[in-house]
Amino acid sequence: MEAHEEKPIIYTMENKPIVTCAGDQSLFTSLYTSLAQQLPREPMEWRRSYGRAPKMIHLEANFVQFKEELLPKDGNRALLTFPFLHIYWTDCCDTEMYKASVKDDMLRWQSTLRLHGSVDWLIVVVESEAKKKNKTNILPRTSIVDKIRNDFCNKQSDRCVVLSDPLKESSRSQDSWSSFLTKLRTLLLMSFTKNLGRFEDDMRTLREKRTEPGWSFCDYFMVQEELAFVFEMLQQFEDALVQYDELDALFTQYVLNFGAGDGANWLGSFCAPVKRWNGLLLRRPIDMEKRELIQRGEASLLDLRSYLFSRQCTLLIFLQRPWEVTQRALELLHNCVQELCLLEVSVVQGALDCWVFLSCLEVLHRIEGCCDRAQLEANCSHTVGLWTYATEKLKSLGYLCGLVAEKGPTSEDLNRTVDLLAGLGEERPETVNSLQSPYKKLNEALSSVEAFEKHYLELSHAAMEMYRAIGRMRSARLIGKSLAEFYMKKGDPERAEGFLDDSLRSYVAEGWSLQVTHTRKQMAECQKLLQQTEDYLQTSALLAGDANLTVEERKHFCQEILTFASQPPAPSDQTVALSMAAFAQLRQMQFSPPGAVVHVGAALQLELRVRCLMPVAVKVEQLAATLHFSLEQGGARGRAGSAQRRTGQGPQGQGDGVVLFPQGSPLAGAGMGASLLPALELYEMQDRSPSDSSLNSTGVVCKNMHLLLRRHDSSASLDTSSVTLSLLVALSFSLPPLSTLSVGRVQFVQSHIYPVVQYEVYSQEPQLTIEPLSDNLLAGIPQKVKFTIATGHYSVKKGDALQLSNTDSMPILHSSCCSATILSSTGERVGESALSIQSSEKVTSISLPPTPPYHTLEFQLEVLCHIPPTPFKPDIERLTNGEVRHRPKSHADRGMINIDQKVSIDCPWSIYSTLISLTFYVPFKAKHSILSAGKRKYIQVCLQNVSDTIFHLADPVLTDTHTSSLSHSLTHLFGSSLPQTVCSQQSVFCLWEMRWVERLPLCLQCAFSASFAPVSASDAHTAFKPYRYEFQLDRVSTLYSLKAEILPPSGDQHCRTGTLCGLEVSITRQAEPSETEGEEEESTEIEGLRTTKLMYEVVDNSSNWAVCGKSSGVVSMPVAASATHRVQMEVMPLFAGHLPFPNIKVFKYLPHSAVPAIQPDTDSCLENDTMSLLDKGLDDQGDTASIRSRGSVHSVGSGEQQRVLPMPRLEPFSPGQVFYLSQGRQVLVLPVTDDHVMEVNVT
Amino acid sequence: MAVCIAVIAKENYPLYIRSVPIQNELKFHYTVHTSLDVVEEKISAVGKAMADQRELYLGLLYPTEDYKVYGYVTNSKVKFVIVVDSSNTSLRDNEIRSMFRKLHNSFTDVMCNPFYNPGDTIQSKAFDSMVTAMMVQAS
Repeated sequence: MEAHEEKPIIYTMENKPIVTCAGDQSLFTSLYTSLAQQLPREPMEWRRSYGRAPKMIHLEANFVQFKEELLPKDGNRALLTFPFLHIYWTDCCDTEMYKASVKDDMLRWQSTLRLHGSVDWLIVVVESEAKKKNKTNILPRTSIVDKIRNDFCNKQSDRCVVLSDPLKESSRSQDSWSSFLTKLRTLLLMSFTKNLGRFEDDMRTLREKRTEPGWSFCDYFMVQEELAFVFEMLQQFEDALVQYDELDALFTQYVLNFGAGDGANWLGSFCAPVKRWNGLLLRRPIDMEKRELIQRGEASLLDLRSYLFSRQCTLLIFLQRPWEVTQRALELLHNCVQELCLLEVSVVQGALDCWVFLSCLEVLHRIEGCCDRAQLEANCSHTVGLWTYATEKLKSLGYLCGLVAEKGPTSEDLNRTVDLLAGLGEERPETVNSLQSPYKKLNEALSSVEAFEKHYLELSHAAMEMYRAIGRMRSARLIGKSLAEFYMKKGDPERAEGFLDDSLRSYVAEGWSLQVTHTRKQMAECQKLLQQTEDYLQTSALLAGDANLTVEERKHFCQEILTFASQPPAPSDQTVALSMAAFAQLRQMQFSPPGAVVHVGAALQLELRVRCLMPVAVKVEQLAATLHFSLEQGGARGRAGSAQRRTGQGPQGQGDGVVLFPQGSPLAGAGMGASLLPALELYEMQDRSPSDSSLNSTGVVCKNMHLLLRRHDSSASLDTSSVTLSLLVALSFSLPPLSTLSVGRVQFVQSHIYPVVQYEVYSQEPQLTIEPLSDNLLAGIPQKVKFTIATGHYSVKKGDALQLSNTDSMPILHSSCCSATILSSTGERVGESALSIQSSEKVTSISLPPTPPYHTLEFQLEVLCHIPPTPFKPDIERLTNGEVRHRPKSHADRGMINIDQKVSIDCPWSIYSTLISLTFYVPFKAKHSILSAGKRKYIQVCLQNVSDTIFHLADPVLTDTHTSSLSHSLTHLFGSSLPQTVCSQQSVFCLWEMRWVERLPLCLQCAFSASFAPVSASDAHTAFKPYRYEFQLDRVSTLYSLKAEILPPSGDQHCRTGTLCGLEVSITRQAEPSETEGEEEESTEIEGLRTTKLMYEVVDNSSNWAVCGKSSGVVSMPVAASATHRVQMEVMPLFAGHLPFPNIKVFKYLPHSAVPAIQPDTDSCLENDTMSLLDKGLDDQGDTASIRSRGSVHSVGSGEQQRVLPMPRLEPFSPGQVFYLSQGRQVLVLPVTDDHVMEVNVT
Repeated sequence: MAVCIAVIAKENYPLYIRSVPIQNELKFHYTVHTSLDVVEEKISAVGKAMADQRELYLGLLYPTEDYKVYGYVTNSKVKFVIVVDSSNTSLRDNEIRSMFRKLHNSFTDVMCNPFYNPGDTIQSKAFDSMVTAMMVQAS
């Protein structure tokens, strides 16, 4: 009971809403325990005003004895001490007693409440069976309750409840308890709603007055905080937090407005100079010191902020949101620094750093206090910001207090330190016993250089570790860099180097040039201290060429290199080799001659354009290039190929031998100034399965792919297509895989050049080529050929001569003007000199003018190729004659016959003869035919111009070459002997009649000759060249004449279609049998009469006639002149009109016993020694082989006939032996009837 | 308005970076570079499935005592970073968003230029003047 009479202790988290108890105190005391237990057991829905979402809350209450002092006076808005409900307890069951004392007591209680305007009351009537039993004369119990209700609750009958037998375990008692508790809860909530609502309204009214003068934020703060306390008391932390957040926002807005010039008076108190910077205090739920300061309006900005945050922190931790605390803490700290700045509050230098540092650590400690280790590690990302901030602040404090300087703090620094420590005040009682308190840490860190280093490194490493753990590598490196700066300040470059190197690498990889420059500068300093000469010089070189630096800085670094270079080399020292990329850029390389192909002994000029990146002129003592030599046989990369490739390089390189080097990509950094691509950065990658960490896959990852795999100008691609043009040994030099610039002791080396540059040096054997000047060389007329001598490595001396072995078929004509032109290897005309040509019987000697090596000598000669007089017979080849062969090969598609002419030349540079083949084409094609008219014979020669040239043709003559007898003569009948023009593809026909005296020879050897000259020839007479065509005629005399007659059917005058007509064929022997012919003709003696068998055949190819009955037959002709044989046959015309006669053919009919009449053709093996043609091409062998086989098939076939199946054979007559009298005759055939119907359609 | 505006390529090298005042340039470079850590973290935090609906604006990357760093990532993973002075409290989130949108539009124009080689640093005058308009006028 005593406990309830104490004044409630507020400001602890054990606050509960106050409920006063009046009436029978002993009764209440007996019920208190179960009441306090049961009240929060069931949640109650709290409906709230202003549309706020209803909440389920568990109600608790602090039951205190009713005293008038507890009731709030007017104007006191303290909510925490506000009694929300007043309960009057009574167990009176006696009307007398009620009337005597209880009623009065209740009235008094009621009037007190009414006096204070409190309407939240409840009267509890406790009934017990025990009491009832004692008093037997009691009224029904309801009457007491009714009385009370009558007396007090005029309209609120629910303000009086009955609790029956509360201390007994019965269902009735339980029911009454539960209805009582429900009532109690409802009333409590009603009271809350009403009172809080009123409070909030008051609060809002107060807030609305904020523009009025005299309004104080601190007062308002206290009011709203009261509300927050109540929410907190009701376990409504969210709502409580909202109150603080509103206060926070309001304050922030005021500060901002102040910054904007709209100052409020009350803000003045917050603008007081900061005197204490002892950091946040988060270990107490409520920091009463600060609260009182606020209440008194004496709080500084930091105090207010600290207090606000400590409350927010407390609530957030209640809400299990520790990570929000860290986030808010960081915001708060940043914000406070800004606000102090904005409000122009004067702060001792470093004081804020102290405050921030302490606050960071305090927050971290608080968080560590409420989370376990695993949770902390998993949420590094939330805390790392605070760690970093603390590190930064400690660092700046260290710098401020001279703790980083190599020499330690000065007295001024010490004074400052003392001032700062003074502002921290005494350590708070909460942390006095803690060894690791932020206060102690700061004190210690500021007290000595060593302690500072220890703490600073500890913090830095912790922050770095955290950043690494969460993958924020850049942030980690930034801390590493500031560590490096620290080490450098401490004079410990060894430790700084690693951090700097790590950072530099990442900046270079990601292409951040300013950072690269900055870090590199620090690196240079570090390397200088470490005496890493080579590295230092390399870094200096990079910095000297760095466009991000000022000229002075660059000059300084350049001077560093030059100074080192000019030092006399110590005996132990080698020259220092540095990468050239930093020092100079190779911009352009120009070859002269542009093709970059030279012969041995020639000079190749190479013009390098190097851009110096140094800020001052540097004297380069030596420039060296290393060449890579590669030997290529046979010119795998021909001349044209390499020239083509070179032109392909560089956008401007139009074959002028210029190679441009791509400039450094912009992302490689202006600071790097490097023209070369960065080296591949490859890293091993392993993919392990998450479950058992077994290796899934592994590979190599290129980290700087974006630098390497960028789109380059397509023209810079290397064209590797090459053409082999000539046999030459090419030595190509790739230039230079390594080029070096030396400055004193320093060498700058560029290890590779891209694109690869190379030039070729070749050595060439002397070479002679002979080419026709025109497309085709024509046989028979003089033709010009061009001799080209590529001297190669041979120098033509005076007296050197070409020896051409003469051939009869192709004499070399001495031209009047014959001069040679000398060209240089680049095709320039160097000189011209006359040639002297001497011919002897065997050789023609051309003495050459002296020519230097790798020059070209050109001259022209006229040659003539004689036309072989006979038509070539392709079917026989004489392999025994290996030297000469006519090669009848039709030229292209025009049927020109060509002659391959080999020329054997002895060159002065070789002991071997050079064989060169020239192909000539015969311009004409000749054909002959024999024509008969009865016994008279005519010879026709057709000459066709198959070349493209137009010729004059004159003097066509036909002579008999073989027999010189005068037994016959040839009379020219047709064909002009005057020159006539023959165009391309035009033919000339000539005709001769053959007359003879006695008898015609069996065989005639004829020769056709004519003169021809090209129309374009200037001198027509001398230009005429002979053309000769020889041929042989056999069996020319007419043996038989054949006459056919078609007779209409008897009684008819004309033949008619469809009717049979008679065909009478009469065969008449024309010639007397002769001995020579007798040999030839197969004749048989029958009854003393020499007969020969003929077979006739009627064939109508045009299907004009139908041959009826037999169409062929064998007749025996007597071998006597004018012997005639008639054959009757029947034919039927199929068409009307003038129909040509059907063809009638006559063959020799040879019985089976006859010897095959095949004779070897002697003409086919004509030999012409004047032709010295040599060609053993495989194709020709194939040709002739097939021809030979064709010939052999014939003979084999006849052999088979003899051997296997003896059959009579037919043999045709030679042309001219049979004269067809009725050839070309026609006969009129009438249609059967005249009633022709002509259908005419008119549309 | 902004004190530093940076456009960073997909591969994290700067395509464009400008800051006022000039003397703090290096510090801004460091700040922007370090902010890439958070940008990457935020990008990877959004799952791949969500990549389509991902908002380009990343919000406040991290505050420092003096500056606030905001981020924005285009669909092609080009990053925009805007650094704003912390004392400039009048700047609302919406304004930052609209700055990024303007920046993105202008960047798109740059990319549409047929003479611009993707991956090169941005030297467009139009882009530059647009950035200048968004920057604090150096006083």
